[in-house]
Amino acid sequence: MKSGETMEAVAVKPTTGAITARRSYESSLSARGEPFLWGLGGALGFGVLLVVGFLVLVFWNGITTFWPKPIEVVTLLSGELVAGEPTRREAFKVGPERLASLPEAAKARIIADDHIARRVLLRTGNFDLYNDDYRWIEDYKIEKVETPSNLFFIERQEWGAFVGRIKSLSKDGAVISGDELTYAFLSSEQQEARQRFRAIKAIEKGEIGEVNFELNQERLKIRKAVLQHGEGAPETKRVEAEVEQAALAMKVRFEALALKSQEIKSQDSKILVTLADITGTEKVTPLSQIVRFYPANDLSLLDKVGIYLSRWSEFLTDDPREANTEGGVLPAIFGTFVMTLLMVVVVAPFGVVTALYLREYAKQGRLVSIVRISVNNLAGVPSIVYGVFGLGFFAYILGGSIDALFYPERLPNPTFGTGGLLWSALTLALLTVPVVIVATEEALAAVPKSMREGSLACGASKWQTIKNIVLPRAMPGIMTGLILAMARGAGEVAPLMLVGVVKLAPELPVDGFWPFVHLERSFMHLGFHIFDVGFQSRNSEAGKPMVFVTTLLLIALIALMNASAVIIRNRLKRKFMVGHF
Amino acid sequence: MNAIVKNTGQSEFESTVCHITASSDGPVIEIKDFNLWYGKAQALFNVTMNIEKGLVTALIGPSGCGKSTLLRSLNRMNDLIENLTIAGGMHLEGLPIYGPKVDVIGLRKRMGMVFQKPNPFPKSIYENVIYPLRVDGVRDRTVLAEACERALKGSALWDEVKDRLDDNALGLSGGQQQRLCIARAIASDPEVLLMDEPCSALDPIATSKIEELIDELKGHYTIVIVTHNMQQAARVSQNTAFMYLGRLIEYGDTEEIFTSPKLSRTQDYVTGRFG
Repeated sequence: MKSGETMEAVAVKPTTGAITARRSYESSLSARGEPFLWGLGGALGFGVLLVVGFLVLVFWNGITTFWPKPIEVVTLLSGELVAGEPTRREAFKVGPERLASLPEAAKARIIADDHIARRVLLRTGNFDLYNDDYRWIEDYKIEKVETPSNLFFIERQEWGAFVGRIKSLSKDGAVISGDELTYAFLSSEQQEARQRFRAIKAIEKGEIGEVNFELNQERLKIRKAVLQHGEGAPETKRVEAEVEQAALAMKVRFEALALKSQEIKSQDSKILVTLADITGTEKVTPLSQIVRFYPANDLSLLDKVGIYLSRWSEFLTDDPREANTEGGVLPAIFGTFVMTLLMVVVVAPFGVVTALYLREYAKQGRLVSIVRISVNNLAGVPSIVYGVFGLGFFAYILGGSIDALFYPERLPNPTFGTGGLLWSALTLALLTVPVVIVATEEALAAVPKSMREGSLACGASKWQTIKNIVLPRAMPGIMTGLILAMARGAGEVAPLMLVGVVKLAPELPVDGFWPFVHLERSFMHLGFHIFDVGFQSRNSEAGKPMVFVTTLLLIALIALMNASAVIIRNRLKRKFMVGHF
Repeated sequence: MNAIVKNTGQSEFESTVCHITASSDGPVIEIKDFNLWYGKAQALFNVTMNIEKGLVTALIGPSGCGKSTLLRSLNRMNDLIENLTIAGGMHLEGLPIYGPKVDVIGLRKRMGMVFQKPNPFPKSIYENVIYPLRVDGVRDRTVLAEACERALKGSALWDEVKDRLDDNALGLSGGQQQRLCIARAIASDPEVLLMDEPCSALDPIATSKIEELIDELKGHYTIVIVTHNMQQAARVSQNTAFMYLGRLIEYGDTEEIFTSPKLSRTQDYVTGRFG
């Protein structure tokens, strides 16, 4: 009996005192493994907490951004008036220098509060008047806060939001103001003005764009003829004459369209609205420049929901404006989606075929091992390196050759010889192909040997066995690899910045001009949009809500694409993985 | 008509005692001095035997004696294994199985095979049965349907599955799955049916059904069956080959092997004294 431990053991198993109990019959805590279990569970909990916290942050900020907020009018002690949407409130520590400059009453209160004061960030808008969108107001400067009615929040085509009142509307020279200027009247006028605005845009971007496109094609015909037959050759002359003829007809069309748009424009410029900020500074602007306006403090819940939904629909279906910080992200959604889809279309056959050869046909030896290790290591290469490779190899070498062969008439303007949708998709395909190869190899290896033998014994060739038995059976595993590749590819931004993503590309990669899908075009991407809006715009505070909404959208888009792939995979799984006995 | 042939050799390990029931159609497969090595380890030593047409031949012997290896050599399933060396010859009705120009796929089409564990494909019952025809490129629906019905009737599964041919084959019970595999093996009407312990994963009822089936199929097909179950060998086969340590020890009429074997080693094995 040397220690307490042996005493316990003896107590559990009564033996005679003569025999020294050597073994404890009660398992120790570490043997039961419970501390490890707590550690494992804790690690999982921590991970889940991080993910959930991130999702909640993005979701909450993204979902509330478009909800209309009231406008507060703050009267400062100095008599100054400031109006704006309260965006954020926070406590801050008042420094000694600032404290010394304050009046006694405020000073005493702040000192009593442990040198902490509160402040609110107001979205004042009116960038054209104040040179700033946001302003911090400290609570010790405030005399009173009101939310008066008839104060409007106005979203404009340019210059961002305007916060203030609508003074008057001048329509064809007649000025309407005061009681005649009702909200309903303004709304209907604004609807009409927006329709004119859209008509102008349709003519200028759509129809005139079409004429310009065709005109450019005709000019290229001359260049092509010159390159083919030489300058001054009879064929070239003939082409030149033809092009001149066509260009003449187009000029007529162009002028007619220009006249039409000019007409609408002059009509539009006669309807002006006079806005005034809270201090009375006036600003005159065409009514058609106003995208949306609402009396922020006089809204019912239904009105708010309406505004909320209309903002979401604009966000999802419109082009961006105001350096991407406002408006929609349709080109970015489209670009992300098309690029990811194209990437999957490229990476799926490429990766699967490679894995098939490696696993099924190649003689397993040192060479195959080296290839396999190299493929695995490719997954660890920083993505920006792929971007550099994509730019150098795909865009400059491959694209340059394509240009020289097929589009010599357009040089020195590159067609394929610069970043674009196709090269981005190929670069990302290269980036994600190791994932697909590894997953496919695992899936192929997991196909039971008995099934291959069954097929071979039926007189099937090796290829028939792979095609009919092995590949269908491995399909769920291959799909898992594709899902992982897709998730990685859709979220990748760094390489894309080198091979085709741009800040603003209002032309979608798919449109009505032959050949309808323009793989050479640069495009917008939601991931890059987040970077651009959040960190490259003139006012990061203005971009912040958009960052959250765009992040939410990107996550939703990736989740949607993954979910559809998962559904397909599970359907396959149900088909192939029914219990054996 | 029992012919007793004692091969000239030194010991019972070096030669085969042979007293088989010969078929009126003669042998379908002739194996002559067949040797096989996995890497450097020799698995089969000088196996010489004739497999008689239309009869059931059972291969028995303790685990690791090479009976499965011999069976899988017959339709060259062993080709999948790397580092495999063979010597000696096998002929399927005069065609050298290991000849340099032999078409392995065509060879396997002449020999259906049933494995130890049922291995239906994850497809419908119908697609499973007609798989050998599919890989032959048969497209005619009536031909396929007829072949499916014939094969399923041949494997005594038709009545159980005729109403659910489009169901997934993995939903069948183990015994049904094995009979489905037999149906698949006979769907393209092969000459020889190779069975590698077809009942080892099945319960006694399913086993007896398969045994009945083997009884019905003999005559139409030549059947080679590997089994660990000596009663089974005694019940279904006409000839039995006893193998031990990679050698064919005794090959003879089943009744004689089980009642009056020529060698004491065979006697020991079939009476359960060793193995």
